[in-house]
Amino acid sequence: MSTTLENAAPQVHSRAPPRPELPQDNDDDVEDPFDAREIFDLIRPINDPEHPLTLEELKVVNEAQIQVDNDKNRVRVEFTPTIPHCSMATLIGLCIRVRLLRALPPRFKVDVAIFPGSHASEDAVNKQLADKERVAAALENSHLLDVVNQCLSINTS
Amino acid sequence: LECVAVLKGHDDRVWCARWSPNGKRLATCGGDKSVRIWEKHGLEWVCVETLDGSHSRTVRSVAWSANGKLLASVSFDATTCVWDCSSGEFECVATLEGHENEVKSVGWSPSGNLLATCSRDKSVWIWEADEDEYECVSVLPDHSQDVKAVRWHPNEEILASASYDNTLKIFEEDSDDWACTCTLNGHESTVWSLTFDSDGNRIASCSDDKTVRIWQRYMPGNDQGIPTPDNTPTWRCVCTLSGHHERAIYDIDWSSTGYLATACGDDHIRVFAENPDATTPHQPSFSQITQEKAHDQDVNCVSWSPDGQHLVSCSDDGLAKIWKLQL
Repeated sequence: MSTTLENAAPQVHSRAPPRPELPQDNDDDVEDPFDAREIFDLIRPINDPEHPLTLEELKVVNEAQIQVDNDKNRVRVEFTPTIPHCSMATLIGLCIRVRLLRALPPRFKVDVAIFPGSHASEDAVNKQLADKERVAAALENSHLLDVVNQCLSINTS
Repeated sequence: LECVAVLKGHDDRVWCARWSPNGKRLATCGGDKSVRIWEKHGLEWVCVETLDGSHSRTVRSVAWSANGKLLASVSFDATTCVWDCSSGEFECVATLEGHENEVKSVGWSPSGNLLATCSRDKSVWIWEADEDEYECVSVLPDHSQDVKAVRWHPNEEILASASYDNTLKIFEEDSDDWACTCTLNGHESTVWSLTFDSDGNRIASCSDDKTVRIWQRYMPGNDQGIPTPDNTPTWRCVCTLSGHHERAIYDIDWSSTGYLATACGDDHIRVFAENPDATTPHQPSFSQITQEKAHDQDVNCVSWSPDGQHLVSCSDDGLAKIWKLQL
């Protein structure tokens, strides 16, 4: 990793307010299907690999770019790197994928891809993120796994 | 398809399952870094051996030699292990090193003299076996990306490979040197696997693009007038099966009885049969005869038993399952 930041002064956005609580939320007899907001809540606290900011604060992820089909067990997340040549794009995608692999029931098929048009190497990054064999091999690399785990450690500030 | 056995034992995803040549044993391997050997005892399939400690990372695939005496395993740890089981016990008799990173697939030539491996380092290696000594006789750097699978022709010394670069390649020995003789272009994304039919004149390949392609071999001087540059056989796509698979297709296998089975990321296995009404082999068509939600997660591998009666599948859900084809 380089020591100079590629994007030294990124624009910082505000965080979404907590999800409003509904009366049925605490009723165990009501089944809560997974929705885009729930996926967003799982990935928005992920730390950016370069800045002491979350993916939400950098607007790398937002709720509108998440599609969930609870019945068909599909989740699709599109993310927007802060700059079109961001060398961290694959790592950010990997962090989102790992977060969802760990948090969601295995019935879900998760696709993580770059928001169309937002990165110079969009196709190459998407192909790599979609290749589960390469993802599995990457996660056996202890150095890379440490970096991913750092990004996924809960930010309490 | 009727599920006749569930093989439970691996602690992580199962990547590959292969029948021994006599159909009496199965070898499986996976993310728990082990190879397991299964045998049928009475009505049950039981794990009779766990080979662990030899690989330090995921074991990606396994292959039996044609006489069933040797088993090769390849791993993300960049090595290949050769196991001798002729005494009844499995003994690691050779560890082949040379690939720079993850080894993805392995296969024995029909004679058993040659072993092929392939890796994310973009190369295909051919090793010559002499007793328990293995010597690398060729390093083939022709693919431009990660090589996902290698398979030998059923009775000739011809090797085929599939890659992340969206192509398949054919390798043949030409005056003491191995070389790529044909590149099969057509798939629009990673080619995950391939299989030869029983006489070796066709290849079926499967891809991340959710299609299966059937390729026909044309010899020099063929009646169809298909050009064969440099007087070497050429392979042409004669059929594409699309609209059946919802996600990436990770494996494909052609049975000795002519059925094609696929393993898909949509948790299903599917079986296809060639339609008998085609007038020539140059325009074949295939129909899906059955599909089964075989596992709770991605299916990584399918393999027909040597007699074509049974199919083994394995999955990210940690299980391997044996299926009987009911016609």
